[in-house]
Amino acid sequence: MRKILLNSILIVTLVLLTASLTIADGITIGQSAPEFKLKNVNEEMVSLSDYNDKKGVIVIFTCNHCPFSKKYESRIKMLNDKMQSKGFPVVAINPNDVSQVPEDSFTEMQKRAYEQSYTFPYLYDESQDIAKAYGAARTPHVFILVNNESKFTVEYIGAIDNNVEDSEAVTAKYVEDAIEAIIIGEKPKKNETKAIGCTIKWKK
Amino acid sequence: MTLAQEAEVLKWNGFEPYLNYQNDTTYVINFWATWCKPCVKELPALDSLNATFASNPVRVILVSMDFKSQLNSHLNPFIIEKDIQSNVLLLDEIDYDKWINKVDSTWKGAIPATLIYNYQKRFRKFYVKEFTFAEIEKIINNIIKQ
Repeated sequence: MRKILLNSILIVTLVLLTASLTIADGITIGQSAPEFKLKNVNEEMVSLSDYNDKKGVIVIFTCNHCPFSKKYESRIKMLNDKMQSKGFPVVAINPNDVSQVPEDSFTEMQKRAYEQSYTFPYLYDESQDIAKAYGAARTPHVFILVNNESKFTVEYIGAIDNNVEDSEAVTAKYVEDAIEAIIIGEKPKKNETKAIGCTIKWKK
Repeated sequence: MTLAQEAEVLKWNGFEPYLNYQNDTTYVINFWATWCKPCVKELPALDSLNATFASNPVRVILVSMDFKSQLNSHLNPFIIEKDIQSNVLLLDEIDYDKWINKVDSTWKGAIPATLIYNYQKRFRKFYVKEFTFAEIEKIINNIIKQ
């Protein structure tokens, strides 16, 4: 009896430990995507459930100030233009702590979205809870969510492509390739990639 | 006081040995870029380790993520302006996914990031954070005292 009790304590401890590790590291491929409800630059709230009628969503954690985000800005716009019609619109989210980067404030986000004529929502994750729930670490950081009867699962985590400096020199368009695979009912061949980026400026 | 150096440009094959020297030196391998504000902020703390631990085998290597095309316009002028004493390398490998996991499998690519290791003391740890001098000095002191 005592042994069974010890075993159950051990199992519970292991389960709790695993759970806490998962939370700390965010979601992994195949897991359900955390819901969000965040303020867009047009002052309206945008939720993941607003996309229940889409095939999926390309969530991109990005920001104003990061040079790598700037490098990818026009590619993010093109991605939305191209993939929106295929059922995968872009949703950009800025998770940075404004006290560390004034350039990433909500007002500056509004300016940026207006000046650059963003055709997609640019949301402000002021509490940073959504970035944490997804396990975003850097900007830009992409999560492709696939809609299955209004339940979204994560099918790709990583970079947009494999050359931040020069879009002409890209030899692997990770996000586009992943979506093309998903559209024909396959799993992306490459569902996780890593790239250098700016650390998300977490609140201290 | 030695003169500040120019950065050495390396491909992955030239850089990889820096991650696995098997000797008694404590290596501080810092991934940074001139455009990264928190990296630039912590740089003086890392660079001053050379002087603080002058009588101990401690080596600081600053691995820049600046583009090779920015070597002479950004990186080398920065090294001179800040009078950097540590070795500066420019890792010319834009296809990041090919090598990030080889540095550390838990690294998602955010910088600043720092690998500290000492083969003989069996210490190896990867940090994705902005160090203060006190924090990193404590880590190195603990390795040396082991």
